[in-house]
Amino acid sequence: MDSLRRILALVMKEFVTILKDPKSRFVIIGPPIIQFFVFGYAATYDLENVRYAVFDESRSALSRELIAGVEGSGKFRLTGYLEDERQVAEFIDQEKARLVIHIGSDFEKQLQVSKPVLVQVIADGRNPNVALIALGYLGTIVQDYNKSLVERGLVQLSGPGLQLVERSWFNENLRSRWFIVSALGGLISMVVVMILTSLSVAREREFGTFDQLLVAPFTPGEILIGKSLPGIVFGLLDALIFAAGAVYWFAVPFRGTIAALVVSLLCFIVAIVGIGLLVSSLSMTMQQGLLGAFLFIMPAVTLSGLATPVENMPMWLQQADLLNPVRYIIVALRNIFLEGADLYMVWPYVWPLLIMSCVNLPLAAWMFRHRAV
Amino acid sequence: MTEVKNDTSQVVLSASAVCKEFPVQGKPAVKALDQVTLAAHKGAVTGLVGADGAGKTTLIRIAAGLLIPTAGKVTLLGLDSVEDSLEIQSRVGYMPQKFGLYQDLSVMENMNLYADLQGVAMGERKERYGRLLEMTDLARYTKRRAGALSGGMKQKLGLACALIKSPELLLLDEPTVGVDPVSRRELWKIVYELVEKDGIGVFVSTAYLDEAERCDHVLVLHQGKLMAEGAPEKFTATMKGRVCLVTPSQKISGRGLYTRLAGSRGVVDTTIRSGRVRAVLGAADPSVLHAVLGGLDAEVEVVEPHFEDAFMAMIPRGHDHVEVVSEVAPDNAPTHAAKSSDALVHTHDLGKMFGDFAAVKNLSFSVKRGEIFGLLGPNGAGKSTTFRMLCGLLPASSGEIQVAGHDLLKSRAQARARLGYMAQQFSLYGQLSVAENLSFFGKVYGLYGKKLKERIGWAYNEFSLGDWRDTSAFGLPGGYKQRLAMAAALLHEPDILFLDEPTSGVDPFARREFWLRINGFAEQGVTVVVTTHFMEEAEYCDRMLIMSQGETLAMGTPAEIRDLAKSPQNPRPTMDDAFICLAEGRVPVSQHGNGGE
Repeated sequence: MDSLRRILALVMKEFVTILKDPKSRFVIIGPPIIQFFVFGYAATYDLENVRYAVFDESRSALSRELIAGVEGSGKFRLTGYLEDERQVAEFIDQEKARLVIHIGSDFEKQLQVSKPVLVQVIADGRNPNVALIALGYLGTIVQDYNKSLVERGLVQLSGPGLQLVERSWFNENLRSRWFIVSALGGLISMVVVMILTSLSVAREREFGTFDQLLVAPFTPGEILIGKSLPGIVFGLLDALIFAAGAVYWFAVPFRGTIAALVVSLLCFIVAIVGIGLLVSSLSMTMQQGLLGAFLFIMPAVTLSGLATPVENMPMWLQQADLLNPVRYIIVALRNIFLEGADLYMVWPYVWPLLIMSCVNLPLAAWMFRHRAV
Repeated sequence: MTEVKNDTSQVVLSASAVCKEFPVQGKPAVKALDQVTLAAHKGAVTGLVGADGAGKTTLIRIAAGLLIPTAGKVTLLGLDSVEDSLEIQSRVGYMPQKFGLYQDLSVMENMNLYADLQGVAMGERKERYGRLLEMTDLARYTKRRAGALSGGMKQKLGLACALIKSPELLLLDEPTVGVDPVSRRELWKIVYELVEKDGIGVFVSTAYLDEAERCDHVLVLHQGKLMAEGAPEKFTATMKGRVCLVTPSQKISGRGLYTRLAGSRGVVDTTIRSGRVRAVLGAADPSVLHAVLGGLDAEVEVVEPHFEDAFMAMIPRGHDHVEVVSEVAPDNAPTHAAKSSDALVHTHDLGKMFGDFAAVKNLSFSVKRGEIFGLLGPNGAGKSTTFRMLCGLLPASSGEIQVAGHDLLKSRAQARARLGYMAQQFSLYGQLSVAENLSFFGKVYGLYGKKLKERIGWAYNEFSLGDWRDTSAFGLPGGYKQRLAMAAALLHEPDILFLDEPTSGVDPFARREFWLRINGFAEQGVTVVVTTHFMEEAEYCDRMLIMSQGETLAMGTPAEIRDLAKSPQNPRPTMDDAFICLAEGRVPVSQHGNGGE
């Protein structure tokens, strides 16, 4: 009973200090909202407005049709109509265009006799991602164009009539926004929780109040609970708000169960609180605490698979990444949102988080008292 | 000492009608200085004394060109402090309270750095360094890291750096705070040497009132106003016949006498000095004492006044100065001898290493129930380290500790419930209000409901904190912060009270008030362990231990310690004298420690 009262007093105090301090209040509300929208809108692999130029030596009805197809896709923006081969280099070098479509002079003639004809595309490889994606778009457009030529009887089908039909599951239109936004809640709540908890013990150490707690009849476990709860509450709140934002603002489908979402987020946040408190209990000043938090956040996000697939990393890094809690929550969240996973299906991503919590939290509690000052 | 001349050509620093206001959000601006007019002369030491917040540092910072006065003008060596600040910086030496030494650079590197910054020519350096190192006695330590120097050595190095360009005027802001008596004496020696040999002017602020007597001219600052000035003798002359030493008798202990006199009408100040109570009277009429002391057989002797007596009598006690009310009348309280003699705090061969630096070496002592036990020594002596080990905040490297039968580092949390702790720096929650802080600490120690309310009410009363209950702790004035910290430590009525440097950075008034309170709590049976670097505060302790550089210099009652310095030349030595004797090794080591077993 006494223990409960002490914990309650500590938890109340933690909440009051966070909510009374304008800076802490801002950490919970301001940056997460900004990040949510910045990531939501900016972090997308889908291209729009790709600048391109056309060097059309054919100047025929059919070549104009192809170019109209490109223009009509909505992904490209024409920046120049070239007259001379030398202009190609100029446009690419000066980044006036990412792509130049070169249509040969015998384009129409060859097509009319049903011979294969090549359309040359020169792409700016300085940003390989953009180039590859844009080339992919062009491929689709050319394929559609071919199809229409055949359908209209303008060209005889020369090869076997086999066509590859691509279809992506779960994210039918391969909208990368879905891919990113569904996982954002976990990521942003992690940043909030890391900052709150990494400062919590360090702040008290810096102001000397931590000694006051250590001489009081608190057990380390009680301090741990008192210090963890605010981070867990605010983190979970943030994460759930952003999950709702993903569904209602960015129209990401939510196909899984609420239980799976809450349980996996909760386990993730507890794991992060463990890391944050460990960092904090090792720090003597707030500066050290914050530095420690970023030291964790940067690699954790980079290796999380949010932006780049974990499978692309070298094997040793993939294995090290097994210790990265963010990796699990990102997969879990995507599975819940897009794949419709329930609690049973996300379990493989939840139990590693539980193990991490079981190691980090007691370690942090032990460190409260044993960090030699 | 040089006679102060009224010749204007000798004036090195003058202030005319200087005002400085600091804006406060949502409140009228704080007047740190109000129409201050003063002068300091060449070849003399001018002392600036006053309580905390009197405006001493503000004035010195304005003189150093670091602050711009709101109104008025400060002139140094004929130069204006605002317009000619660059030239002033090259001709005036300034040593702030915390001199900016680079802790990771060696003594020599620090001196080189300041010589570079001040543009001292290479050719002049050798001679200058030689003189400064000889004066400060640091020649042996030129290769040592500044961070590894003792507090006194750091101050001396700071002074050497401030003197690197042979200034014509030296500004010193509380140069002796936290410095042991030996180093203090050495610092003053350097100052005199500069004044006598080089004939420079020295303008020094100090919180130690006994140092005011070492100045040629004293300025008393109070709440931003210049209250009085003159030679120290002028101040003490007015106090003739108003200072008495009262010797405790069989019927009343020194401490009982002290508590009784402190609250009496006609007594403006009481302190314990060398086992006797020093009372400063409102008028030269010792008969007021007889009324208080009637039938106690206490012997009253009129003695020579000190500057401190004049200061304490001069400064009006504002309404924020509370009369301390002790709950138990001193007469009814059990005397100390009658209390049980079991040791509540006990250490044996305690040691603490930080890397290969021994902060505390072979410390053994025990504190009995109901005792006030003092850990004394200069900054860096290892007091705080010892203290943190006692409270279970720091693991000991060797030896054993027991507090109320437990090693607090390893014991169960409940063992700490009977302990009150007040840290060296203010360490309550700054954003929380006074009421929230008290309520939090009350709850932490298991108080709730009616009991909690009752104790918080007690704290409001005892420490006059009621009016401040909704103020955030950071927003409290210095003295009230200390009261709040103490209230929080005492809320749960602890058996043992640990106080780490409770009087450091606190003005003489707050210090007296504090000791009066501690005295009251000890009378009620609370065991108090307290650290301090003010040697004279040892008088308030039942027993004490003097430390220096991690080692035990002496342990015993104040009388026993003072007796160590007793000699035909000095029949009634002070604590400072005793410390100096001990530090200089004039007392055989075998003699100490007998009070502890």
